[in-house]
Amino acid sequence: MKVLEHWLPKPSRFILYAILFTVAIYYLLPLYVMVTTSLKSMDEIREGNLLSLPNSPGFAAWAKAWGEACTGVSCDGLKGYFWNSVKMAVPSVLISTMLGAINGYILSKWRFRGSEVIFAMMMFGVFLPLQVILLPMAQTLGWLGLARSTGGLVFVHCVMGIASTTLFFRNYYVGIPDELIKAATLDGAGFWKIFFRIILPLSTPIIMVTTIWQFTQIWNDFLFGVVFSAGDSQPITVGLNNLANTSSSVKEYNVDMAAAIIAGLPTLFVYVVAGKYFVRGLTAGAVKG
Amino acid sequence: MSQSVTTNYGSLDKWLPKLVLAPSFVLTLVFVYGFIAWNGYLSFTPSRILPNYDWAGLIQYERLFDNERWWVAVKNLGIFGTLFMGISMALGLMLAIFLDQKIRMEGVLRTIYLYPMALSFIVTGTAWKWILNPGLGLEHLMHQWGFESFTFDWLVNTDMSIYTVVIAGVWQSSGFVMALFLAGLRGIDDSIIKAAQVDGASLPRIYWRIIVPCLRPVFFSTLMILAHLAIKSFDLVMALTSGGPGFSSDVPATFMYSMAFTRGQIGIGAASAMMMLATLAALVVPYLYSELRNNKHG
Repeated sequence: MKVLEHWLPKPSRFILYAILFTVAIYYLLPLYVMVTTSLKSMDEIREGNLLSLPNSPGFAAWAKAWGEACTGVSCDGLKGYFWNSVKMAVPSVLISTMLGAINGYILSKWRFRGSEVIFAMMMFGVFLPLQVILLPMAQTLGWLGLARSTGGLVFVHCVMGIASTTLFFRNYYVGIPDELIKAATLDGAGFWKIFFRIILPLSTPIIMVTTIWQFTQIWNDFLFGVVFSAGDSQPITVGLNNLANTSSSVKEYNVDMAAAIIAGLPTLFVYVVAGKYFVRGLTAGAVKG
Repeated sequence: MSQSVTTNYGSLDKWLPKLVLAPSFVLTLVFVYGFIAWNGYLSFTPSRILPNYDWAGLIQYERLFDNERWWVAVKNLGIFGTLFMGISMALGLMLAIFLDQKIRMEGVLRTIYLYPMALSFIVTGTAWKWILNPGLGLEHLMHQWGFESFTFDWLVNTDMSIYTVVIAGVWQSSGFVMALFLAGLRGIDDSIIKAAQVDGASLPRIYWRIIVPCLRPVFFSTLMILAHLAIKSFDLVMALTSGGPGFSSDVPATFMYSMAFTRGQIGIGAASAMMMLATLAALVVPYLYSELRNNKHG
């Protein structure tokens, strides 16, 4: 909004910047504390304070968090949990995004009697309090032989992801002109040909948004992880929580912080690399596409 | 418009879309609506450690409403929800309006405000737990800086523990609210503002009387998302306080989890989940209804 620029006199612009930077410090504080603490030794943590910089920064706490820290009974660090999360997130993201693309294509370009109702029914899944499905799902996963396994988590994330991925793709595809489809059908293209030749090549932005959205959701999930997995199938969020809440005589905050960063790095990385799409993904669910 | 398109296709293409959509629809039907019904039925049974499908009427709801811990959780959700939504909205709107004033480094600031949203509540809960712990965290820092009498023990104080959840929750979500409002602000037609300026309205007045009212739909969506986050919030509480000390910072989501999965009270757990669903449905169904109606016209 260029017009407003000249309306603010100099002193109030100074205050504006002061406020914005103060708030920025508030947002950065936990990250700063996490990083600096993870680089300190426990002695240094006790002598220094929250904001002091590490005297001799080292990655000992990181190594310990990755390979040796105790989470409950076992003392193998977070590495196992980390790979569990990778094994869980990658297939879940791919499958749920694919389903969303096809559903969104049908619900926007191949509407039929009742398809709006189906869309509305699916959309409620975005808001569903997941607590309602926990008990039946636990039982069902047992019947399917998927209880306490990574496969079970993939299944749950795919099923529960359909609602949001469909919503994203549907809202995006509504913006693609119907005339394009009409022209293609006149040329004799069918359902799949239109999807693969016309729709999919136009979908890169929404595929990015949905993939990032699903990845952060699934990587960061804790509820499904803690309820539906056990032992060697638990994801990183559960591992981190176990580690941070393991009651040992000496609390190693540096290891806790290193572990927290390890658990947060993949999504943070995505945010830094694909920030533009990340924001779009966040806002897409709310501000109509 | 698409309806007219479909009539031109052959018969295969007529049922193919329905066939392809069917698995997702069936999954939704079973895993959302079927499970709601299933969970609902469980809430009317005497189930404890194992599910038991005898009909027991409303006993689980009676036990739920007689449970002191449930009311603590409900009250906490009230406190947390109100403050979390109120502060996030106020802070988010303020930041969005400020960032909209042609700020240099807007991109950098926006990035900083938003990054917490990329992290999981478990990660940020762990970090805040360390910052807020009375032993070596903020309190220790203030003592070292010479404020010997400074105490900040909310994390271990039964009366205050829920407020630490608010602090971390606002930190996590206010940047996201900012992004929503900023997107809304950028979508407003400049000519309205120009007209107001010509009429001699001051900047705060323009915002208060023209721009903020224009943001009403964004306001509404944001409120919906925050309410939904608040009702579902489980991870943050688990990571920060695990519902403690005692059960002083329990919310319905953690209450449900501990009843259903650690204390062998499946019936009460199912009943509390139904209460959460009812609360959310009361908020979301009217919202979705109006959204979809608008979509049809738009």
